[in-house]
Amino acid sequence: MFQDIIEILSSWELVSYMIQGFFNSILVTLISALLGLFLGFVVAIVKIAPANKWMKVPKIICEAYTTVFRGTPVALQLFIMVFAVFAIPGFKPYAAILTFGINSGAYVSESIRAGITSVDKGQMEAGRAMGFTWLETMIRIILPQAIKNIIPAIGNEMIALLKETSIIGWVGSTPGTLTFDLNAAASTIYRTVPNYLASGILVGCCYLIVVYAMVFLIKCIEKRFAKNER
Amino acid sequence: MKDNKVAQALKTWTSRLRTKKEERNAVCHVPEETRSDALISVRNLYKKFGKLEVLNGINLDINKGDVVAIIGPSGCGKSTFLRCLNGLETPSAGEIILENEYVFKNERVYLKRKMRAMKEESKKTGKPLPMDEFNAVNEEYLALRKEEKAIAKYMETAINLHRQKVGMVFQQFNLFPHLTVLQNITLAPMKLKKVGEEEAKAKAMELLKKVGLAEKANVYPSTLSGGQKQRIAIVRALAMEPEVLLFDEPTSALDPEMVGEVLKVMTELAQEGMTMIVVTHEMGFAKEVATRVIFMSDGVIKEENAPQEFFTNPKDERLKEFLSKVL
Repeated sequence: MFQDIIEILSSWELVSYMIQGFFNSILVTLISALLGLFLGFVVAIVKIAPANKWMKVPKIICEAYTTVFRGTPVALQLFIMVFAVFAIPGFKPYAAILTFGINSGAYVSESIRAGITSVDKGQMEAGRAMGFTWLETMIRIILPQAIKNIIPAIGNEMIALLKETSIIGWVGSTPGTLTFDLNAAASTIYRTVPNYLASGILVGCCYLIVVYAMVFLIKCIEKRFAKNER
Repeated sequence: MKDNKVAQALKTWTSRLRTKKEERNAVCHVPEETRSDALISVRNLYKKFGKLEVLNGINLDINKGDVVAIIGPSGCGKSTFLRCLNGLETPSAGEIILENEYVFKNERVYLKRKMRAMKEESKKTGKPLPMDEFNAVNEEYLALRKEEKAIAKYMETAINLHRQKVGMVFQQFNLFPHLTVLQNITLAPMKLKKVGEEEAKAKAMELLKKVGLAEKANVYPSTLSGGQKQRIAIVRALAMEPEVLLFDEPTSALDPEMVGEVLKVMTELAQEGMTMIVVTHEMGFAKEVATRVIFMSDGVIKEENAPQEFFTNPKDERLKEFLSKVL
């Protein structure tokens, strides 16, 4: 097995596959994470907003959105999005990123909602009583406090998202395209060096490195926000 | 030429907006004949939580400089009443008027009830509805509904301006833990009144000195004791220069030895002529500082009097019982 690993590492072509997959994985995760965070944030705010006649329909839409996207497998969503909804030539990787983003948004929205509801109700009342509008109170008073509770959950979701993107190769991937991620690289390497354990271990290490970096980053962010409050 | 047209259009548009705003403002003005000098007038205020009736018709006028202490058994609606005054709770019926402007008005429920009673009676007795009378009531109802809906719509946004005039101090302090004491105090003046940072800070420091907490300006609230927190909360409310301050059991969450320092600040405020409405269990404060004491029970004001008369010569039976237990 070690021989196989060395064989893979000594071949520039195979290593370049891995590097390509590495960066593609990170890129796909990054874009869909940003999309997911944005979507999740908006959906959480809509869900938590006071119910009045303007918010009725958006609330129902957001509720349906989380139900559907948390209730169905992401692989299924990927296939539907890529081969049915956005069956446009050349749009495949973008449709896939969109899917991951939307899927992740559903989970993120619940994390953010939980973080916001964990803030004492009196804070909102105090903000409103001073004359801030609901949204102002949310942004200036509630969210800065909630973010401390939200970050660990979001970090969790981001790590899960990174690994979720490993199915992106299922919709077909060739080296050089954006859908060619680490997992796809492992399969491609297998064709040259027929030892899945070797390529698997190497790719697994790459994933670990990324996850470890993410955990480190999350801890840094957490510390930063913990400093704000004693 | 083109610029001119655009400018013209913009001008008419803004003027139209302004008149619309004035129209909307006018909706809130109390009609001339019912105006009074009172700072806050509350008329026939009702509040229901589902089937639970908390307020059952409260009538109260509060003048400038009044220090009103509200006492009463727990669950009698004291806090709910206070929260209705600054719109944290929406009453079910009645009127709240601040400086001759409607903050809340809902009188149409009575007319609706009247109409329903008429219908039911005609059903019961088998007599036909007295159509003339019914139509008259209905017309009155529709007119009132139009007016009240307009007020409610206007207050959706104006409530935030109203709240700037009505400061509130909570039982649980509700300081913002992610901001320092100074930021807690300057946040609202800077963001809502657009006061400059320097000015807001100077004002805050002045107020902090007054309550003896100037050295705590840059610490976070979690390092303070309960009494200190509550004094900061009072300063925070004062920084907005409100017309009236509402205190919702300001000393109930404090250690006994910290009650005094908060009451001292409140007493000083009262002596400076601040209008205050205080829900409290501190009979001493009610007796010494308040200009009027109100006893509430079962959602109504049972007795209202000057403190001396109130404590030495209570008339209401329920109040006698209450005082015998707490004094």
